[in-house]
Formats: sequence, structure tokens, C-alpha cells
Amino acid sequence: MNASSVGEGRPVLDVRDLSIALPKGGDRPFAAEKVNFTVKRGEIVCLVGESGSGKSVIAQGVMGLLPKALPIAGGEAFLDGEDVAKASEARLRELRCVRMAMIFQEPMTALNPVMTCGDQIDEVLREHTQMGADERKRKIIQIFEQVRMPDPPRIYASYPHQLSGGQRQRVMIAMALVLEPDLLIADEPTTALDVTTQAQILQLIKDIQRDKGMGVLFITHDFGVVREIAHRVAVLRLGELVEMGPTDDILLRPKHPYSRMLISSVPSMHPAERPRATESKLVLRTENLTKIYGGGSLFSKGHSVKAADKVNIEIRQGESVGIVGESGSGKSTVARCIARLIDPTEGRVRLGEDDVALMPQRLLRRHRRRIQIVFQDPYRSLNPRRTVGDSIIEGPMNFGMERSEAWARARKLMETVRLDPDSLDRYPHQFSGGQRQRICIARALAMEPELLIADEAVSALDVSVQAQVLDLLDEIRQRLNLAMLFITHDLRVAAQVCHEVAVMEKGIVVEYGPVADVFLRPQHPYTKSLLAAAPGRDWEFGKFEAA
Amino acid sequence: MFAFIARRLVATIPVLLFVAIFVFMLLRLTPGDPAAVIAGDNATSDQVAAIRAKLGLDEPLHTQFFIWSGKALAGDFGESFFFKKTVAELIVQRIEPTAMLALCTLILAVSIAVPLGVLAAARQGGWVDRAIMGFSVLGFSVPVFVVGYLLIYLFAIQWGLLPVQGYRRIAEGFGDFIIRLILPSVTLAVIYIALISRITRASVIETLGEDYIRTARAKGLPGRTVLLRHALRNAAVPIITVIGIGIALLIGGVVVTESVYNIPGVGRLTVDAVLARDFPVIQVVILMFSFVYVLINLVIDIAYSFFDPRIRY
Repeated sequence: MNASSVGEGRPVLDVRDLSIALPKGGDRPFAAEKVNFTVKRGEIVCLVGESGSGKSVIAQGVMGLLPKALPIAGGEAFLDGEDVAKASEARLRELRCVRMAMIFQEPMTALNPVMTCGDQIDEVLREHTQMGADERKRKIIQIFEQVRMPDPPRIYASYPHQLSGGQRQRVMIAMALVLEPDLLIADEPTTALDVTTQAQILQLIKDIQRDKGMGVLFITHDFGVVREIAHRVAVLRLGELVEMGPTDDILLRPKHPYSRMLISSVPSMHPAERPRATESKLVLRTENLTKIYGGGSLFSKGHSVKAADKVNIEIRQGESVGIVGESGSGKSTVARCIARLIDPTEGRVRLGEDDVALMPQRLLRRHRRRIQIVFQDPYRSLNPRRTVGDSIIEGPMNFGMERSEAWARARKLMETVRLDPDSLDRYPHQFSGGQRQRICIARALAMEPELLIADEAVSALDVSVQAQVLDLLDEIRQRLNLAMLFITHDLRVAAQVCHEVAVMEKGIVVEYGPVADVFLRPQHPYTKSLLAAAPGRDWEFGKFEAA
Repeated sequence: MFAFIARRLVATIPVLLFVAIFVFMLLRLTPGDPAAVIAGDNATSDQVAAIRAKLGLDEPLHTQFFIWSGKALAGDFGESFFFKKTVAELIVQRIEPTAMLALCTLILAVSIAVPLGVLAAARQGGWVDRAIMGFSVLGFSVPVFVVGYLLIYLFAIQWGLLPVQGYRRIAEGFGDFIIRLILPSVTLAVIYIALISRITRASVIETLGEDYIRTARAKGLPGRTVLLRHALRNAAVPIITVIGIGIALLIGGVVVTESVYNIPGVGRLTVDAVLARDFPVIQVVILMFSFVYVLINLVIDIAYSFFDPRIRY
């Protein structure tokens, strides 16, 4: 990005010494402490930081949307010269959507499910303008066209659940931009989207921002996105702004050790060199694995979806195979069929000598031990009312192990995942997200599986924690000579941990081979488009220049 | 949608059949002989046997059931042993008071409880909220007959504002009709106001935490619009569910209230019929209640799809 196109003069947003308090008894007194930054007209400023860094809180502080528990404790936030940090609720209502507008992370939940998209924007115009009904409708159709929505009249009459995630985010953007505000605050607007949709939405925000000369405050945790969109970057850590500067300066010459650590934690798009173990034993082979959802019942003809269509993959001992794809590609379906959490429709799942694909539940039970899964959300995949020790020993005890022996194994596993064995009698909520994911790994390993499936296991983690968990998984794979199946939407993660990668689109494996081939010499157009859409793909993060 | 309604109505047939068999068996298997009750204390065993033969009670059970259900399908529910009228006639006579009492109670309960619940949710943790929830606990804990007699004592006896008891048909003048329904409806409504306001509050509070509420606020909408247009409609499904359960329970509550206020409705009829072992009446009353329950469920399911476009049948 070059900074010369950025407008001069008074900034759209000028945040000075802004502090936002945390409730008493928290781990720190302020969610954001004495934060200073500006957003100029025609400029995109990224606030970047890990969870808990206070980046969303600052955005909500500017909009006046903070929950009561997090009051502004000091400082100013000037919007076109007017201090919004001290503005009354009535004044803030007048400013919202007119001078400053906000889009949110979750397009699934940020729109009211029981109102049509048109009505939800119409409401904005009714509240803030004197336009008549026809004029409002014309305006809304027009803004839908501007955000490049297909068939605007249909979108106008649609409910949010009838649209795709990308379309919903376009509705949000249309809603935010319909009154042409001076400042757009975008809080992780593409985090919940697929990579190709993300690329389109980022492009859209960039284009509209340039056309209208808005200032944009863009909040993200993703340095790839920063690289794509930002003119200037501010790095936040635990509520403090540690460093701010032009994007290239921050990415190439970060001064603060925290920025350096954060940027070097971003996994590289360049696949890591890793020799394949072709001679080792085959642990799992799927043959034409197919899963069809729906298909109607005896009485009604429903439409059916082929979530997985003749999938063939092989995983050997000590080898890590990745399945990458966007949401709805069928990658999780394949994992669930392999683990028999769901029943495949057709095909074989050969686990060693046994075919578990169509095995009846009664016989399947003793094979359950052999495949274990680590799930995406470490906050929800552990039972909150059991100690982590009880969660870990439950599986082995189900298979007949003595409690004392299972407990001893749990202690050993806690050391393996680098947690304190004495914390086994604590509850999940007493651990951080990264620690919980380590516990989930220990729980899976307690069964001594032949195959470990990681279903988006690092997707919910901050990038620095993600790097640690990925290292841990790789080390465990080598030490236990474990076969691993990695389900991920994140190409960077796949590039770093997998020997082989299968790319899935709409239930079909479109490309499958050694990671270097797939990433460096992609053959299938879908693989190419996926790689092309990855934000910051041309940038090698963590290769710093000397300051 | 129409296919859905038709399917649901057809599905009531086995439900009603099952209820019919169950009720029929239950009454036949309980000890006591209706013929003896009808004949009175001084009857000879010959007289009792004659009455039993006349009523068809000496036939085998399944024959009795087939005769009864065949006639019932043709609209003939038989004659009450006790009231000496046809059951159909009895029910028609008794249904207006009960239906009117239930309707008044429902309107009263919903129109008070929903605004109270929304208000409590909007002022969560404040004194208004605490006062409303305090009232709600009280409403739950005091039995219907206590509320009834208390209200009669205050409004009818102490202050003389409203009549103590009785019922006037709507055809005899709306003023007389409604004035006699006020106390019974209020009595009956108390517990539903407590129940519905509590659920409304909980549901609205939960909805207020949703992302789209934040979006609505970010649009610059006033608090009232956010609350009523965005929060309440999204909170509707649990509220409607409870109102539905409320209507079903209401029919049970009517029995006590009709007794307290001396209203000649289906509730009183049920009590009298049970005490007199009046089989034909009991059967029809229970069958009718089951049909109403099924119907209420259907109406509620349809209401869901009206409030939430994601629900389609």
C-alpha cells in the first residue's frame, strides 16, 4: 500500500489517551489504556492484536456501544472534531450510521433474523432522513448494486437466513454505507468468511473506501488481512498500543518485541520441507467414501446433497495428511465418516485390516479407541462440570483400565502436552484456550489411538498460541509415530504441518498430493483460486529487515 | 402450509381414539355402579338390574364401546345419567361461560404480562424489575381459591364494587356479562400473568444479548424501537409456547374458579359429573378437552411460523 494517496488535513477520527475500564476483579484494571491513534480521510488503519488486546472494545467505545460493565474511564475520541467519548446517548444516536458506521464479525448473527434485509436498511433511512417510501426503496436497491449484490430486488425481500455468509456481509456493508458516513469501523468483518469470499469483501471495502474517501478503522487479528488492506497499522497488546506506523514499516521493521513475536508466529504459505515416510505402515485408507445427506423420506421427495463424493485418501504411520477446503466443501464430513461419528453412505474406511465404514455399532465399539479427534472449539468440547483429569481418564476406563493406572497415564500425558500434572483436578474454565486445546490433545492421546484427527483444532486460537499448539502436535506425531489427519480451512496451517494435502470442493477431492506440489505447482483451477485468495500470500511474514 | 394443517388435523384422529378408549376403560374399571347411584338408596336389586339393562351396562365392554363410539361419530353422545338431558345439549349450554371466562383471562393475562415482562427486561436489575418479579413470585405461590375469596371479600363484600358470584349470558347484555366476569378472570389470570411475564422477561433479556441488537443500536435507533421491533419479536417463540401451555392449564384452573364464583360452566359440569359417576358426560368432557389441547398445539405451531420466518412447515 502506498501512503501518498491518503488525504491530509484534520483526521476523521482522533483518539487521544482513551481508557476503558474493566470490571473490578479482572486480570487488569483497563480493557484499553491511554490509547492514541488517528484515522485520516481516505485511509485504512488496522488495529491488530490477539484476543483480549482490547481492539474491539476501542471500536465499541468510539461508537458508544460499550456494555455498561466497560465504561470509558478517560480520554477523548474526536469524530470530525466532536468528542464522541463524552457525547450524550441522544447525540450518539444521531451520529451512528450517519457520520460513523460499523460492521461486525458475524454476518450470521449480526442481522435480525425476523426482518427482511430491505426493511433492516429501510429502518436506517426512516430514522435518519426525511425520504419518502419510494425514494428509500430506490436508495436501498442502489446501495445493493454498489456493494455488487446480484439481483438487488430479491435481496431486498429476502430474510438473512436465505442468503450466503458473503451476501449477508454485503447487506451489513450496504447498511453501514447507505448514508455515506465519514468513518467506517469494521470489526473483523471477514474472519467468519471463506477465503475466496474474504478476498471479495476486502476488495469491496477497499474500492468503496477509495471511491467515497472514507476513513476506515479495520480491526483484525490476521496479518494477512493487514497486508492486503491497511495503510497504517496499530499493534495492541493487553489494552496498550505498543506500536503504530505505516504497514510496510510494521511488517518489515517492527520495533516492539511483541510485534516481532506476533508477526513471526504467522505460519508461512511456503510449504515446509518434510520427507515422507512411504515405507511405513498404512494406517487408514478410504475407498470411494461417499456421504449423501437428505434424499427425502418414504413420503416426500427431498433434495439430496453429496457432502462427500468418492473420496480416496491414505494416511501412513508418522505421516500427516491435510484436507483443506472452504465451508461446505465436505472436509469435516470426511473426518466424521472416518471416525464414524456419522455413517457413510457408501465406500470403505479401512483401518488397518478392518473396514469400519459400514460396521454395525455393536462391533464398532472396540475400534473406537483407534481413532481420536481433537475438535475446533476448546471452550465447548470439554465438559465444564468434570475435572480435566476425569475427562482424560474416562475413555481408558471405559475400555477397562483401572482408575489408578489411567490416572498415572493422565499425569504422564499432561507432561507430554506441557501442562502441570498437578492441575488434573482442576476444571476446564480454569485454563486458557490454548491450555484447553492441549488438554483435548491429552484426552485424545489417552486412548493410544492409531490415527489422530485434528478438526480445525487450531482455528479458534490466537496466532502465537496456534504456533505453539502446532509445534506440539508435530512433536507428538514424530515421537509417537502417529498418523494424523488435519482438517483445516487455513492454507498456512496446512502448508506447515502436512506431508500431503487433499483439496476439497463441493464434496469432491479436486487435487491430492505432496504439500509442495499442491502449493507450488497447483493444477486444478479451484486450488489456484484458493491460493490466490489467501490474504498476504505474497508476503513472507517474520523475515524482518534490520531497523 | 395447508398441507401441514390438514396433516396435523388428521393426526388428531388417533389421539382422540386413544383418549376415547382410555377414558372408556378407566371409568368402567373404577369401582362403583352408576345404575345403583341412579336408582337411589332404597332400590331393589331388580330395579338396579333393570336400569343397568336399559343403559346397556350389562353388555360386554367392547360392545359397549362400539355402540358408544358409533353413536358419538353421528353426534349422539347419549344421555346424561344424572342430569336427564342429552350430553350434547348439556355441553352446548355449559360451554359459553367457560369459553368466555378462558378468553377474558387470556386477554387479560397476555395484555398485562407481556408489557410487564418487557419492562422488567429493559430495566434489568433495577427496582422496577425487582418489583415485577416479586409480584410474579407472589402470583405463583398463592393458590387460586385464596386469590378468589380474597378478591370477593375486598371488591364485592367490603367495597361492594362488583357482584359476588354468578354468570349472565352475553345475550342478556354486555355490561351485566362483563361485570360478572371481571373477578373470576382476574383470579384466574394472576398465575398466568406471573408465568408469562417471567418468561417474557427471560426471553427478552436473552435476545438483548444478541449481535443483531448491537447492530440495531449501531444504526442509531432509539431504545424503544430496539426493544419492541428487534428484541420482542425475536423473543416471541418461547413466550408463545408458554401462553399455549397456559391455555391448556387454564382449562384445569377453570374448574376451581367456576366453583368459587358459582359459574355454570364446563368446569362445574365436570365436577358434578365425576361426583355422580355420570359416564357419558365425563367421557365427552375429557374427549372435548383433548381435542382442544391438540387444536391449541396446532395454533401455536402456526403462530411460530408467523413470528419467525425461518420456521416453515
